Amino acid sequence: MLRDEDRIFTNLYGFESPGLDAARTRGDWTGTGDLIGKGRDWIIDEMKASGLRGRGGAGFPTGLKWSFMPKEVSDRPHYLVVNADESEPGTCKDRDIMRHDPHKLIEGCLVAGFAMQAHAAYIYVRGEFIKERYALQAAIDEAYEAGLLGPDACGSGWAMDVYVHHGAGAYICGEETALLESLEGKKGQPRLKPPFPANAGLYGCPTTVNNVESIAVAPTILRRGATWFADLGKANNTGTKIFCISGHVNNPCNVEEEMGIPLKELIEKHAGGVRGGWDNLLAIIPGGSSVPMLPKDICDTITMDFDALKDAQSGLGTAAVIVMDKSTDLVAAIARLAYFYKHESCGQCTPCREGTGWMWRVMERLAVGEAEVEEIDMLLDVTKQVEGHTICALGDAAAWPIQGLIRHFRPEIEARIERRKAGQPVLTAAE
Amino acid sequence: MSVRRLVPGLGPDSFEFTPENQEWAQKQIAKYPAGRQQSAVIPLLDQAQRQMDGWLPEAAVRYVADYLDMPYIRVYEVATFYTMFNLKPVGKVHVQVCGTTPCWLRGAEDLKEVCRRKMGVDKDQGPSEDGTYSWTEMECLGACVNAPMIQVDDETYEDLTVERFEALLDELAKDKSAPKTGPQIDRQFSAPAGGPTVLKKGDA
Repeated sequence: MLRDEDRIFTNLYGFESPGLDAARTRGDWTGTGDLIGKGRDWIIDEMKASGLRGRGGAGFPTGLKWSFMPKEVSDRPHYLVVNADESEPGTCKDRDIMRHDPHKLIEGCLVAGFAMQAHAAYIYVRGEFIKERYALQAAIDEAYEAGLLGPDACGSGWAMDVYVHHGAGAYICGEETALLESLEGKKGQPRLKPPFPANAGLYGCPTTVNNVESIAVAPTILRRGATWFADLGKANNTGTKIFCISGHVNNPCNVEEEMGIPLKELIEKHAGGVRGGWDNLLAIIPGGSSVPMLPKDICDTITMDFDALKDAQSGLGTAAVIVMDKSTDLVAAIARLAYFYKHESCGQCTPCREGTGWMWRVMERLAVGEAEVEEIDMLLDVTKQVEGHTICALGDAAAWPIQGLIRHFRPEIEARIERRKAGQPVLTAAE
Repeated sequence: MSVRRLVPGLGPDSFEFTPENQEWAQKQIAKYPAGRQQSAVIPLLDQAQRQMDGWLPEAAVRYVADYLDMPYIRVYEVATFYTMFNLKPVGKVHVQVCGTTPCWLRGAEDLKEVCRRKMGVDKDQGPSEDGTYSWTEMECLGACVNAPMIQVDDETYEDLTVERFEALLDELAKDKSAPKTGPQIDRQFSAPAGGPTVLKKGDA
C-alpha cells in the first residue's frame, strides 16, 4: 500500500481548508519560482522522466505532450487548457481536487503554462460542478492576491493568467477538440485531426489540453523529483493515481493509491470489500463506463495499470472502478450505459448518431430476452462498424461496454432469449 | 443525440439582463481575447436561465445573441445542444436525478419512482400541479462514490435512501437553503463511510 508520505493529494477528503494558507502547509507553492528558474527544458525533461501518463483516460505521456508545443512563439499565443469536464460515468476525482485541493491545480497551471510558453490557462469545468467552480475561482483569487499569478507570477518574471470557464451538460466536451469548440462558444462537436491542438487549438493557436489530475500532480513531481515518482508503481505505469470505487462495495470512496495495485486489494483495503464478500462479485468495469467489463476470475488477479488492463482487453481509463455483485442485471446495466452514449452522442458522425440509438434499442430488448440469438452477433457486428469509424472516440466508447458484455457473458444473454421463448421468467433470482 | 427544440410562443416577448447581471456579463467577456466574446455564450445563457428562475426562453436566447454580436442560429444551437439549458419552465424545486449506471446500481430507479409518486408528474413533464416540483433524469453527475444522488440548483444531495429523499423533498419545498447538502449519511465527502483508510494522522 502507498505510504502516506508518498501521497500527493493530502486533502482529498477536505478535512482541512482548501485555502491558500492551509495549502502552503501542505507544501503547495513552495519554491515555485525556483522550479521555473530551472527552465522549460528541465521541466519537460523531468516530466518525461517521471513517466507520468495522462490521467484523463487515454494515458498519453504528459511530458511528451508538452514537448509537442512549438519551440518558438509566433504571432499566435500559446494556450494551456485544463480539462475539468469530468463526466465519464464512475469518475469523480477531479471534483475532489477542485473543491479540496485547488491550489495544486493552479500551481500546476503556472509550471505547465511556463513550460509550454503559455501566458493564459483556461480551466473548463463541467457545468454541473457549480460549487467546484466557485471553489476554484476563490483559490485563483487568493493566488492573484498573493502574487502567485499575474504579471510576475511567484516572482519568476513569467506572466500567467488562469481563468475558469464552464460548460452546460455535454459529456462530449471531455473530448479535447469538442472542449475547444465549446470554449470558443460553439456546440461541442469534435474536430477532425490533424491539425492537432498543439498546432491549431484554441482560437487556432497552439494549445495543450491536459486533465486536472495530470496538471495537479506536476508541481509535486518537480519538487520531489522525477525519480521519486518513477519509483512508485510499475515500469511504464508509474506514480500514484486517484481511484474512484463505486457500485456494490460496502464503502464506496475515492482514494489515492499506487499504480499497479491489485484490484482486489484496492477494493478490500479501501472500499470495505464487495457487498456480500469477494465471492459475491459478478463483474467490474475497471476504468470508467467506456472500458469493457471484466468477470470475477480476471478481477481476482488483475492489477490496476494501463498495460495490465489493456492486456486483459479492457483499460485503466479514468481509474473509475464500478463494482457489480451477483444481484446485478448485467444486461440492463450495460443497456443503461448504451442509453448514456445515445444521449451524449453529438450527432456529427452518422455511425455514432444512428449506431448509439440502434445499439441501445437492441440492448433493451436483450435485457428482457425479446430477441433472436442471431441478433447478438448482429449487435456485435454493429459495434465493430461504429468503432473506429467516427471522428472521436465516443463511438468506440459506446461499442466497448457492449463488446465486453458479449465477450464475457454471452451465455446469460442467450439464456434470457431461450427462457423467454419457453415462456419462463426471463430473470432468474440471484445465486 | 439529444434532440431538443425551443417551444414556439412560450415565454416572455422580451428579456434583458438586470444591471447586476450586465456588470457580471462584462466581467465574463473580459476573460477572453478581444473579438472572442462568443466564448462567453454558455456562461451568459446560464446567467439568463438563473434570472428566469431556471429556464431559458427564446427572448433570452435572442438577447444573448445580440449581446455577444452572434447570429441567432449560433446561440440557438448552443441552447439546444447543452442539456443543462431548460427550454421550458421548471418547478420551484427542480430535481435532477442522476440515472447513469453507478447511481442505477445503488437505487436511482427507486429515487425516480419517488419523484413520480410525490410530484405526480413524470420526468420532463413540467412542474407539478401546484408548481412546487419538477424533475428530470440526468446523465452521470460526477459523484459516483456518493451514489445515488440528486442535484437541485447549485447543490448536490448524496448517499440517498428512499426515506431520506422523501423527507428531503419536503424540506426543499419549505426552504431550499435549509437541508444539509452533500452526503446525507455520516461520512466526509468522498471518504469511505466509517472514516478514511489512509492519512489518518492524529487519530491512530
